[in-house]
Amino acid sequence: MPRLARRLTLSSCAVLTVTSLVLSGCSLAGKEKNPQGTGTESVPTGAPTPGSTVTLVTHGDFALPDEVLAKFESDTGLKLKVRKVEDGLPTQLALTKDHPLGDVAYGVDNGSAAFDLQQGVFADYQAELPDGASAYLLKGAADKKMLTPIDHGAVCVNVDLTWFQQHKVEPPETLEDLTLPKYKDILALPGATGSTTGLLFLLATMDQFGDKWPDYWSRLVANGADITKEWSDAYEGDFTAGGGSGKRPMVVSYDTSPAFTVDKATGESTTAALLDTCIQQVEYAGVLANADNPAGARELVDFLVSPEVQAALPDSMYMFPVATGTPLPDAWARHAHQPSRVYTFDADELAEHRQEWLAEWRDVTTR
Amino acid sequence: MARRHHALTPRPRVGRSLALLGLAAGPLLVLGVFFLLPVSGMLGLGLWPDGSFDASGALAVLHHERTLRVLWFTVWSAAAGTALTLLLGLPAAYVAYRLRFPGRRLLRLVLVLPFVLPTVVVGLTFDNLLADGGVLGGLGLHDSPLAIIAALVFFNLAVVVRTVGPAWESLDPRPAEAAAALGAGPLRVLRDVTFPALRGSVVSAASVVFLFCATAFGLVLVLGGLRYATVETEIYLLTTELFDLRGAAALSLLQLLVVVVLLALAHRARAHAGPVDRRPVTPRRPRPADVPAFALVGAAVALIVVPLAALVAGALRSDGHWSLANVRALRTVGDGQIAVTTALRNSVLTALDATWLAVGLGLAIALLVTRRSHGPVERRMRAVLDGLFMLPLGVSAVTLGFGFLVTLDEPPLDLRTSPLLVPIAQALVALPLVVRTLVPVLAGIDDRQRQAAASLGAGPLRVLATIDVAVVWKPLLAAAGFAFAVSLGEFGATSFLVREDAPTLPVLIYRLLSHPGAHHYGIALAASLVLAGLTALVLLLVERLRVPGVGGF
Repeated sequence: MPRLARRLTLSSCAVLTVTSLVLSGCSLAGKEKNPQGTGTESVPTGAPTPGSTVTLVTHGDFALPDEVLAKFESDTGLKLKVRKVEDGLPTQLALTKDHPLGDVAYGVDNGSAAFDLQQGVFADYQAELPDGASAYLLKGAADKKMLTPIDHGAVCVNVDLTWFQQHKVEPPETLEDLTLPKYKDILALPGATGSTTGLLFLLATMDQFGDKWPDYWSRLVANGADITKEWSDAYEGDFTAGGGSGKRPMVVSYDTSPAFTVDKATGESTTAALLDTCIQQVEYAGVLANADNPAGARELVDFLVSPEVQAALPDSMYMFPVATGTPLPDAWARHAHQPSRVYTFDADELAEHRQEWLAEWRDVTTR
Repeated sequence: MARRHHALTPRPRVGRSLALLGLAAGPLLVLGVFFLLPVSGMLGLGLWPDGSFDASGALAVLHHERTLRVLWFTVWSAAAGTALTLLLGLPAAYVAYRLRFPGRRLLRLVLVLPFVLPTVVVGLTFDNLLADGGVLGGLGLHDSPLAIIAALVFFNLAVVVRTVGPAWESLDPRPAEAAAALGAGPLRVLRDVTFPALRGSVVSAASVVFLFCATAFGLVLVLGGLRYATVETEIYLLTTELFDLRGAAALSLLQLLVVVVLLALAHRARAHAGPVDRRPVTPRRPRPADVPAFALVGAAVALIVVPLAALVAGALRSDGHWSLANVRALRTVGDGQIAVTTALRNSVLTALDATWLAVGLGLAIALLVTRRSHGPVERRMRAVLDGLFMLPLGVSAVTLGFGFLVTLDEPPLDLRTSPLLVPIAQALVALPLVVRTLVPVLAGIDDRQRQAAASLGAGPLRVLATIDVAVVWKPLLAAAGFAFAVSLGEFGATSFLVREDAPTLPVLIYRLLSHPGAHHYGIALAASLVLAGLTALVLLLVERLRVPGVGGF
């Protein structure tokens, strides 16, 4: 009898649970229908509707401080919503170009900009450029006056100096050096398909080796290079001076990275960027074609080149501001050495051959 | 009686077919709008790139060396995964359903638990186990295909145990005993007597396992690195990273084709299972001859328990010693991410909506499919319907997710910001499971009971309430529990559709993994533990619901 009672209680419990599940489920759909309320009515031209929402679409590493974002809202009276796209920002923008995910895209870099422009992702608008910013515009025919440069840095091979001293090995200097037997199994780098950093590094090797680049990559892979999905997997996961548990003392990262590995005792950085292996990266912002709130979008693009955002970039996004005269953190002036010459590429040619090159790169590196 | 008479005349038969279609209209509409439309939209982008049909661009993807490697890897890893799952799963089904020993219920629970664990969690669990410094880090299996196959087996054991176990449980033992008495050895009995009787359920389980292995997404994404990809992850990479929509469409079509063939095979296996003498059999005590079976079950349990134990240990350690720091961190908001507790709340609310959608649709479909057919046309229609609603099982979640983005973005169907979007997608993923749970139960109802009730004056609704509902309510609850657990862990489609500011827990775990650092990894492990605990709890309730006699899965 008690057994039966227990069983009955259990089943009735289950019935109750499921019933309540169903009921609360019903209410959920109505309850959360419009969490943000109103405010996304489109305004064809002119000034933005006060109180309307501007949506910023950006990549997963976006990290501008909340105070800065709040300042945009208080200055303009607009609401700012940030939508991070974790994987493949340039392609997601292209896929959704007719009904975009937001009003402004920020974080498309010079390795993908021409592709997105070709796909018709952006609308005509360029902010009034601060001093120095025009140096970072896309070159040549690729420049359609649709993108505003916001920040830049150089993608370079970084080495953990402590490791090289301890193991009494000379650090490499050039891209070719990376394939030497003495550097076997110690390089980590983000792949060209999942990471914009990785794509730029591929372009650097293409500039260096020309048509022979697939051969170079075969040698790199044969020498034990670990190709990760994203930059953070390589730098924070694999790099000995990164997240803490890494085992590889060479990594493809940035010229600014050494500013983040300063030893407090000595005041010196324990890592260095190899300045003969660098290629420039520029991140752009642009108003999206078919945006709901184009007027608000233009204000947001203007804001991204304002002194507040420009000054906040080094510490939050680890990138150099495009505006000259923006104060830099102390550690940067001492430890973030910039290359004097960099590898280059033709953005239009890249846009045309991107798919083909990436497919070939994947064929070679995952053999 | 009047009904039978009508059935003999041709005109009402057409009427019945129409009525059947009418009843099917609701579920078909849902499937059409939320499945066929998005998937065909995505295929359209690939096959009609500039408005005109061009298959050559799509076929070009097949010329890439890498594509061939991916196809080959998909096939051999799925085949190996299926074979190993059967090797461990069949003895487990035997031991858990045929033998009586202490801890039998616990064993069943342990065997089924991995199936409802979110694939991202499974991936993370194996990654944690095999990584340098992990419990089994010394084996050097990190980033190897073996890790993927082990995780596939871990995940799919439940399918074999669930499908074959109940069939085995009610199998008449006397033919096997007679064979043994006539001198057949245990293996001979297994091969010539037991297996033929179980063949239907084994083939059905094997085909579903192969399907799950070959379309694994979250698992392979976490464990495969850049090198190892299944067709499913390759579709994702081609779409998100190469913008090769033609190649993605070609692979999606290829996958769809293979899935349809497999589903047809599974359907035949179920249909041709043939009448097997089923009777309630009292489980017996283990004998010495059961030692090999127990050894394999031991291996299966180890495969499940060791990674889970490593997960628990990883979640409860930080900075090299035991601490609750990771658990405490679940409530904080770190690094631009939302708190794990908030994501958990999102997950539960989303899964609730997905559950009632899946159960409602699933019940409608199961009722449709199992009503007695009058004539071959009607039977074929029901079979096609049955198969149609199984399709979400094998269509790339990626194709579906992107399809939602590109087709459901215009009024009147601009659903991209609707809170029901994710639940609908999850419900489609859980739907086949609900249907497969309910169909055997409803099919098992003797139609003569309904006829008797009808001839005694009960209206159609009354018949439904007194005959069908009485039998089906417990399996329905079980299906609801399963659908809830599956929705809680759904990752593939959700990761595309979820609002960035309101991620579900599996999506948040993946994001935490994408931004490495010891701290994030610990929180991801702790969050996985919470999710695994919750799904285990749901499953425990489902297990409690099962009473002897109600059909298995």
